[in-house]
Amino acid sequence: MITHDVIVVGSGLAGMRAAVEIRRKAPQADIALITKVYPTRSHSGAAQGGIAAALGNIRYDANGVPVAAPEDQPGDDWLTHMYDTVKGADFIGDQDAQEILAREAVPTIYELEHMGVPFSRMPDGRIAQRPFGGHTNPRACYAADRTGHALLHTLYGELVRYNVKVYPEWYMLSVVIEDNSCRGVTALDIRTGEVHAVNAKATMFGTGGYGRAFKITSNAFSSTGDGITAAYRAGIPLEDMEFVQFHPTGLFSHGILLSEGARGEGGYLLNGLNERFMSRYAPGRMELAPRDVVSRSIYSELEAGRGAGPNGEYVLLDLRHLGKQKLDERLPQITELARDYLGIDPVTEPVPIQPTAHYSMGGIPTDADGRVVRGENEIVQGFFAAGECACASVHGANRLGTNSLLEATVYGRRTGQTIANFLHLESQGVGAAIPAMPSQALKQAEDELRELLSRTGREIAADIRKELQATMFQNAGVFRTPEKLEAELGIIEDLRERFALISLDDKGRRYNTELIETLELAHLLEFSECIVAGALARQESRGAHARRDFPKRDDTHWMKHTLAYREADGRARLDYKPVRYGPDGPRFQPEERKY
Amino acid sequence: MEVRFRVHRYDPEEDATARYQVYTVDVDGDMTVLDCLNQIKWYQDGTVTFRRSCRSAICGSCGMLINGRNRLACNTRVADLEAAEVSVGPLPGFPILRDLVVDWDPFFAKDAAMKPYLINDTPPPDKERRQSPEEYSKIDNATLCIMCGCCSSSCPVVWNNGQYYGPAALTKAYRFIFDSRDTATRERIDMAGSEEGTWRCHTIFNCTTDCPKGVLNTQNIQALKRKVMLEKLGFTGTKLVFNVDPIYKEGEAQHEHEAGGIATRA
Ligand SMILES: Cc1cc2nc3c(=O)[nH]c(=O)nc-3n(C[C@H](O)[C@H](O)[C@H](O)COP(=O)(O)OP(=O)(O)OC[C@H]3O[C@@H](n4cnc5c(N)ncnc54)[C@H](O)[C@@H]3O)c2cc1C
Ligand code: SF4
Ligand code: SF4
Ligand code: FES
Repeated sequence: MITHDVIVVGSGLAGMRAAVEIRRKAPQADIALITKVYPTRSHSGAAQGGIAAALGNIRYDANGVPVAAPEDQPGDDWLTHMYDTVKGADFIGDQDAQEILAREAVPTIYELEHMGVPFSRMPDGRIAQRPFGGHTNPRACYAADRTGHALLHTLYGELVRYNVKVYPEWYMLSVVIEDNSCRGVTALDIRTGEVHAVNAKATMFGTGGYGRAFKITSNAFSSTGDGITAAYRAGIPLEDMEFVQFHPTGLFSHGILLSEGARGEGGYLLNGLNERFMSRYAPGRMELAPRDVVSRSIYSELEAGRGAGPNGEYVLLDLRHLGKQKLDERLPQITELARDYLGIDPVTEPVPIQPTAHYSMGGIPTDADGRVVRGENEIVQGFFAAGECACASVHGANRLGTNSLLEATVYGRRTGQTIANFLHLESQGVGAAIPAMPSQALKQAEDELRELLSRTGREIAADIRKELQATMFQNAGVFRTPEKLEAELGIIEDLRERFALISLDDKGRRYNTELIETLELAHLLEFSECIVAGALARQESRGAHARRDFPKRDDTHWMKHTLAYREADGRARLDYKPVRYGPDGPRFQPEERKY
Repeated sequence: MEVRFRVHRYDPEEDATARYQVYTVDVDGDMTVLDCLNQIKWYQDGTVTFRRSCRSAICGSCGMLINGRNRLACNTRVADLEAAEVSVGPLPGFPILRDLVVDWDPFFAKDAAMKPYLINDTPPPDKERRQSPEEYSKIDNATLCIMCGCCSSSCPVVWNNGQYYGPAALTKAYRFIFDSRDTATRERIDMAGSEEGTWRCHTIFNCTTDCPKGVLNTQNIQALKRKVMLEKLGFTGTKLVFNVDPIYKEGEAQHEHEAGGIATRA
């Protein structure tokens, strides 16, 4: 058996930032990191547009043009950032966590800069910032349009600096919780095909999001909600799974993201009649309204028959007026993506786009310090989560752009601190014994793998996956109706039955990527039910969750978080818990959300 | 359009030698090589093994030898290859784990040897360290690297000498040496300019030609050579500018890039 004081699962920004913090705060602790891809391949690297913080380096002038703010008069403050986040979340975020996010953003960014992140700069050498949807001030710090990549590679460097042990291409199979205390995980070494139990005092998940449940998505093949499903199977309820963000500007038919930075830099959205249609829906913020608003506006245009293209299936992102120089300097990756995947040059042609499944607001419930909680506030000993897999909840019903790289780094850091403190507690002191890993955990994981490999049915995993993704996009997408959601529940049940009848071509153990894809599919089938069941129950429209039959937010009945528990028969049972505030109650009261 | 894919198959523990297996895929307009490999894996033969994650040319997982050149499978459109047959093999020069999957450990070890983190021996200010856009522009191109290995795997010196750090690691050294915020120049120069460093490079330019992100590896290595020389001659200031022009003018680089590519590919 492998033992460590701390095992971190996931090497995206959240996992790596936590690992580095633990190294700094508890240098004697034995810590290791498990990841199914090499650290620099993690999905955080795909983030483009920026990371929010109220540095105030840039402000709007009287005409709404972003200009340099004088150094002694910052153009922004954390409270405004918090307000924007609370409002963006449609008032269902937990304000204690949102306050921490906005307050700690500024030191977190400076710290990242000190680590060496190659941020884009202002002429005077300060970090450059640009406007982003739903943010009152221009507060997105960026590294051209590859911000996530710049952050990820810098944090990977920190792992090397601090000599953190990494198990690359190890696939976490299950998290082991007994007597409400987490004992570690089981994991498959993809290269050798061996299954190991990894026993630890503290287990942290930074396993990322679940966009792969949808056909059109900006997410990597690896964003399959593994950590979320593993926690669910271990008895942790999943919070607010119905809130899935659809980003307005995915490349048509591919779903690959064109950053909101494109609109932040001044890009327009046009319908088939060449109108800037956002004037109909958000005249105040136009293209820079929050994502849920823009995605719904696009669907409304398409449904009204005002789409572009031969079949009216998309709208257009027009960047031509920005000019070649600005595109090359600020949005080079986007230009390349449009060229490589659609053969379209944004300098001379508008780019066909459609909303794409992008971000998972829901996930593993945590408190404002990264501890995993069950029910309203029962802490699970030794289990922690941060980043996109976690639901603290800072994003509530809708995340603002640039707030999730921020969440991954602020909460990665904070959860690292929580873990360091946890290790320093007397009973958990670094020398203390590790609570035992139950002996059956390894056998169970091993048996499950063997069973999966021995299946001899006729179903093809790819067919099941394709059908799930297509129907989830159809039935649990931007606009939702009870009929479609009910239908989707039936489809999922059917697909789960078919999944029992699959067989794999590859029965071997070494580097069996077919096996990994199949394990991931099982996750998609499991948590998708939580998305749909939560959406069906929630009879209101809030943030990214838009019900045709209940078009208004309903604070009287629905100002509460969904919790989906896994029953013994594998089905989801829903419960709810109240929204959290800081010790002094809500800083911001709910108001109508208009832009 | 039906396209034949010749895919490298090899399991070191089962097979005495590698073989190529042929699959036929019906390719439409925008399909990439990765899309086709997925079609093969999902519907024809689940045992075909390769890496992929982001499918948007940013995670660096899917570097392969495609029709004789190292490229990313995920941003290579089959139509752009203008070939009725596509051959797909693992990155040359790396140990093979299975089919198209190579062992990354030696590659990342060389990267780690370059101390891929900022070193600055003065305490950080309360806010950001200042860096002007001009200072930043020196490292802009080098920070594009996604660690896909296409460059190091195309370098004949790497093939012949497993110890040579190779272009990706040297570009990493460049990225920190020319970062105005880094103060460990001397230490880094000792590493980059060591026996297995810059001087092994024969300026063959494969690494620049094959980089899918447009990183000017060869130029970076040349700039490092000049920097190493100057340092060794005693010009130790980190702000030395004369004669040090790390990023070539665009046209110039393009020119050499093409010339290099043609001259060395037999
Ligand atoms: C295209 C795109 C652009 C974006 N742009 C922005 C932006 O501009 N600004 C912004 O704020 N946010 C952006 N986001 C969102 C943001 O990038 C993510 O929310 C954030 O990076 C998530 O980080 P993470 O550390 O939680 O997870 P990830 O980076 O996804 O990392 C997950 C890690 O978990 C590991 N893992 C998962 N399952 C297992 C398992 N079973 N076993 C072992 N390891 C496992 C993976 O290997 C990986 O290392 C963007 C997202 C996308 C998709
Ligand atoms: S220029 Fe040639 S010899 Fe030098 S690193 Fe590149 S490929 Fe290798
Ligand atoms: S320099 Fe280019 S080819 Fe080499 S690893 Fe980096 S991105 Fe890949
Ligand atoms: S799949 Fe990420 S670079 Fe190709």
